[in-house]
Amino acid sequence: MSDKKPERREFLFTASYAVGAVGVGAVVWPLIDQMNPDASVKALASTEVDVSSVKPGNTITVLWRGKPVFIRRRTPEEISEAKSVKMEDLKHPEKDEDRAKDPEWLVMVGVCTHLGCVPLNDKGDYDGWFCPCHGSHYDTSGRIRKGPAPLNMEVPKYEFVNANTIKIG
Amino acid sequence: MSDHEYTPTSKFGKWFNDRLPLLTLANHLTDYPTPKNLNYWWTFGGILTFCLITQIVTGLTLAMHYIAHADMAFESVEHIMRDVNYGWLIRYIHSNGASMFFLAVYIHIFRSLFYGSYKSPREIIWIIGIIIYLLMMASAFMGYVLPWGQMSFWGATVITNLFSAIPFVGEGIVNWLWGGYSVDNPTLTRFFTLHYLLPFLILGLVVLHIWALHVPGNNNPIGIDIKKPSKDTVPFHPYIVIKDGFALLMFMIIFAFFIFYSPNILGHADNYIEANPMVTPAHIVPEWYLLPFYAILRSIPDKLLGVVAMLSAILILAALPWLDTSKIRSAVFRPLYKQFYWILVADVLILGYVGAMPAEGLYLLVARVATAYYFLHFLLILPVLGFKEKTLPVPLSITESVLGGSPNLATAKNKESFDK
Repeated sequence: MSDKKPERREFLFTASYAVGAVGVGAVVWPLIDQMNPDASVKALASTEVDVSSVKPGNTITVLWRGKPVFIRRRTPEEISEAKSVKMEDLKHPEKDEDRAKDPEWLVMVGVCTHLGCVPLNDKGDYDGWFCPCHGSHYDTSGRIRKGPAPLNMEVPKYEFVNANTIKIG
Repeated sequence: MSDHEYTPTSKFGKWFNDRLPLLTLANHLTDYPTPKNLNYWWTFGGILTFCLITQIVTGLTLAMHYIAHADMAFESVEHIMRDVNYGWLIRYIHSNGASMFFLAVYIHIFRSLFYGSYKSPREIIWIIGIIIYLLMMASAFMGYVLPWGQMSFWGATVITNLFSAIPFVGEGIVNWLWGGYSVDNPTLTRFFTLHYLLPFLILGLVVLHIWALHVPGNNNPIGIDIKKPSKDTVPFHPYIVIKDGFALLMFMIIFAFFIFYSPNILGHADNYIEANPMVTPAHIVPEWYLLPFYAILRSIPDKLLGVVAMLSAILILAALPWLDTSKIRSAVFRPLYKQFYWILVADVLILGYVGAMPAEGLYLLVARVATAYYFLHFLLILPVLGFKEKTLPVPLSITESVLGGSPNLATAKNKESFDK
């Protein structure tokens, strides 16, 4: 068999298997993809928040895409503390200016980048947030400083619609 | 499969059996020759079958009242507890049944470890068992999510987030698992579906597990090969049926104690608070039966490596038949292995304890040492021990060891004291 040239029959086998594999794939894909976020979930992509009542040093938490988002109006001390950190001290180096466009307002997804718990406000060794689940400490810019989390808390896409309203997403 | 030809006595039986040999199967199961020295540690297979059937029956009845929707799940569970006739009983059997199932499976696994039941020619039985164990953990985890309490929600969040540790595709996989950007209604409905499916997959694997067992036959406390049927064996019925039945009764007493006297002692009070995506409970702990692996996860300071270590801790068991190089099965004749065995038992208990404690200070240090030892046991101690250990002489037959004709009488006595 092996020293013969491929025959018509072998070609037909290969072609049949190939067509069969494509067919199976085409049937399986919808069954897998149905589990991905659906149109109604994706439709909830943005939310608008009135922040006029937030005083300096306070944080409000709003729900966006089923996740909490922290909106903190930072005090001047917190801002200077966040700005004074050296890049080489950070596990995930990001400048505070890049995280907070307006330094007074820090907007970020309040989900620990370790395993998804919600960190607590005004806790931890760096005056920012502390995750009670597995002990990650975040600073006043929401950057990871200590513990198992690999990344800083995520800053979502957001903009000031006017002086009092933030649109997230 | 039967060791002798079987012919039904009745004419109808013969007619039926010629067409579908169910009676031959029944005869094989009753006459199945078992080693006559099996001790009570061998009764947990039967106990586990009971646990699986209990979970399926109570689960089916709970599913008639439970509503898999994020807005209604929590309430429907309270409805089961307060309004449904005997709903409280069925739910408490089901929730405590999960714990009893794991209690029995851990004893069953550690029995195999002590008597070397995973060794040739029983590797396939062992590997099927490990797959059953994995499915049990998945099933129990998803079942715990269904009441949609705080621990349900945050347990689901933490466990599904383990997949986000996978480089590049992790986040996509997690969103796919969730059906959204956080644990929410789509997650709940699919978990309910899978929680319903997995027990039946387990049932199918149990059939394969028992089938694979009936090919070489049972291992036994002295771990030697026996001829079957012979003077060393007794038929499964009535000898093992009665012994298993008695052990099952003892087990059910403990089971009933939990159901009727402390039905919530193994759970967490936080799960009687409805799920709230804005607030994480101060102290997230998985159910007790997952704690050793949780301790391994937390002992590694790196996210990806922590997940890898936790999964390896389970999967390493599948390689055990090849990691243990000793030709002798039973720890009764392996003086060194016997000591390492008990150290491993202690190690796993310690991991379970620190898994329930906050991951800081001394607890974290202990978790790290215990994690390192766990892997050391399987990857270094067991392979080396097979070559270095001086094993005791093994009796030639069960009869010989029981009647005292063994080359080593003291060994046979030791074995008996362990059985008690």
